[in-house]
Amino acid sequence: MKLNGSEILVKVLLEQGVDTVFGYPGGAVLNIYDALYKHSDEITHYMTAHEQGAAHAADGYARATGKTGVVIATSGPGATNLVTGIATAYMDSVPMVAITGNVPNVLIGCDSFQEVYIAGITMPITKHNFVVRKVEELADTVRRAFEIAGSGRPGPVLIDIPKDVTAAVTDYEPKDAVVPTRTKEIKGDVKEIAELINRSERPCIYFGGGVKLSGAADELRELIERADIPAAHTIMAAGVLGYGEKNNLGMMGMHGYYSANAAVSRADVLIAIGTRFSDRVALNPDKFAPNASIVHIDIDPSEIGKNVTADYSIVGDVKAVLTEMLQYVKPAKHEAWHEHIDHWKTEDYKPEDSDTVIKPHYLVEKACEMAGEDAIYVTDVGQHQMWAAQYLHHTESKNFLTSGGLGTMGYGYGASIGASIARPGTRVVHFTGDGSFHMNMNELCTAVSYNVPVISIIFNNSVLGMVHQWQEVFYEGRFASSEPERVTNYKAVAEGFGGKGYHCETPAEFEAAMAEALKHDGPVWIECVVDRKEKVLPMIPGGKTVNDTIFN
Amino acid sequence: MKKQCMVVLVENNAGVLARVASLFVQRGFNIHSLTVSPTHDERISRITIMTNGDEKTFTQIMRQTGKLVETKLIFSVEPTFSLIHEILLIKFAAEERHNEKLKGLISIYGAKVVDKTDRCMTVELTDTPQRLDGFIEDTQKFHVIEMCRSGAIAMERGDVTYDV
Repeated sequence: MKLNGSEILVKVLLEQGVDTVFGYPGGAVLNIYDALYKHSDEITHYMTAHEQGAAHAADGYARATGKTGVVIATSGPGATNLVTGIATAYMDSVPMVAITGNVPNVLIGCDSFQEVYIAGITMPITKHNFVVRKVEELADTVRRAFEIAGSGRPGPVLIDIPKDVTAAVTDYEPKDAVVPTRTKEIKGDVKEIAELINRSERPCIYFGGGVKLSGAADELRELIERADIPAAHTIMAAGVLGYGEKNNLGMMGMHGYYSANAAVSRADVLIAIGTRFSDRVALNPDKFAPNASIVHIDIDPSEIGKNVTADYSIVGDVKAVLTEMLQYVKPAKHEAWHEHIDHWKTEDYKPEDSDTVIKPHYLVEKACEMAGEDAIYVTDVGQHQMWAAQYLHHTESKNFLTSGGLGTMGYGYGASIGASIARPGTRVVHFTGDGSFHMNMNELCTAVSYNVPVISIIFNNSVLGMVHQWQEVFYEGRFASSEPERVTNYKAVAEGFGGKGYHCETPAEFEAAMAEALKHDGPVWIECVVDRKEKVLPMIPGGKTVNDTIFN
Repeated sequence: MKKQCMVVLVENNAGVLARVASLFVQRGFNIHSLTVSPTHDERISRITIMTNGDEKTFTQIMRQTGKLVETKLIFSVEPTFSLIHEILLIKFAAEERHNEKLKGLISIYGAKVVDKTDRCMTVELTDTPQRLDGFIEDTQKFHVIEMCRSGAIAMERGDVTYDV
């Protein structure tokens, strides 16, 4: 069958089971959009306000479903606007295919209008990228992109297509969807690790997003129950184990539980699973888990020994590794160890409640109680993100979307829209701060256009909270550029875009607004006034250890 | 810091060198020298990189480079078991053309005079990086007017071969 490049692109997207794409049209992708128009009954294209929003939407779509998200942008500024979204996906191992148009082959290299070398720009922030110079290479390149994005440790792949390639005609032969390959091979002595666990007296697990990506929650649960191992997690693994579940120590790291960090630091064996010892967890790599034999299990060999030197390592898919390990792990009880941990738990930070003002922990807990533990929660980046990570009680790891690695302010709204479109039956609650929200609040027009019922809860403390907190603690209160004195009327802005808005200053006002928002079929903003003196606590300063935890 | 040698067999695609080089710069790995060449298999290019760093850094470099989609095979090359060769071209000023001491060095090192004019003499030496270093040091006292050397290429001795 003879088809032009644009038709082939759409056909291959359909082959891969894609029915939803996000993007923004422009000159270099006009042919592609023409093909999308013809296939609009099979693929729905969601146009955002800005390409960054589209990239975050594809990311949110991917995180909320596990499927590969697809975003399309035109050449030049369209492509560069994707960059933050692609980097966000790269840092958090999110499968994504970004398709950019480019100027025709003959104009490449001539500094043509809206020409940019996006393959060069995105080299360090993609798993791989392609420039398709010939239409004959297009179909297989797109298939390969999906294969790479979803296989092994997932990540974004960019395909850059010059405009003439989207018009050129060639033979198209349909093929089956590519199946992302799962790594079967396990490198390392799993039995030896199991025996190490069997011998340990103070074992501790530290797990990350790899457990979620591998779908290994059940195997992890079996391991921690059978061998009675307390387990702490990174922000990327929030929700893998249920809150309050036995042996779940909760989040560790800079703003994690003191008890979780203490357990890791006193363990005799630390099993790191699907995680990368980032500087927000192993704040001081030389003093991290100083008493433990460290075991590192990860699918990516380059993670082994990158940040923290492991005594033992196993490279492989977490689910496969844990399944094999369970053959050798014996039942155990570590009562003395748990007594220690229970003691540390009594020292954990506990925020103070209030009936009159909106406290951050109250806001997260109340929103979660009202929207339900099965709702999808999305954050931007900063104080509200940490409060959400600390106080949410969501029940599924796919239901917490946050930019953990890159820390992208402005991530949340696009991601919320993508998640809501991916799972229309599920309520999406977006936590944001007045700083983050000003970056991409314009995506409300997208939420209104497609009637996406995202509830955005804005923690408005009138300052850039996390920057402010650091300036107070480490810069003697010199609040450089963190008190912008904005007077944005969120309710009016929301209404101006065609959405709904509320302004709340008390818990009672918030509860009333939230109740109405939950009944409303469309996007809602709930602005909540929060004291600027509120800090994210506890806190371990960068480069320090659990012994340096700040509690007030 | 120890100099180490790695060989990367990559898909012969446009941009593959940029990808490897970008990775090194991004992660702060040092490239001492680098060569790219075709192989007997036209689909495959061979990149030889001399780098320096401690063992941990070298392991990281190998793993990160090995992870690239276009990397087919990566291995480190030990000088004891391998041929690691570079080419040196060094141009001496006219007055050195008949210097007996220089002639002696050229002969000892097995270098050869590849070009001679009234105003200069160019010498080529193909050998291990260490031998090239030695020749450069020994000829410093002569009037050198230009010098360049290639990156290393490397191959294991004996019947060890790498196919992808």
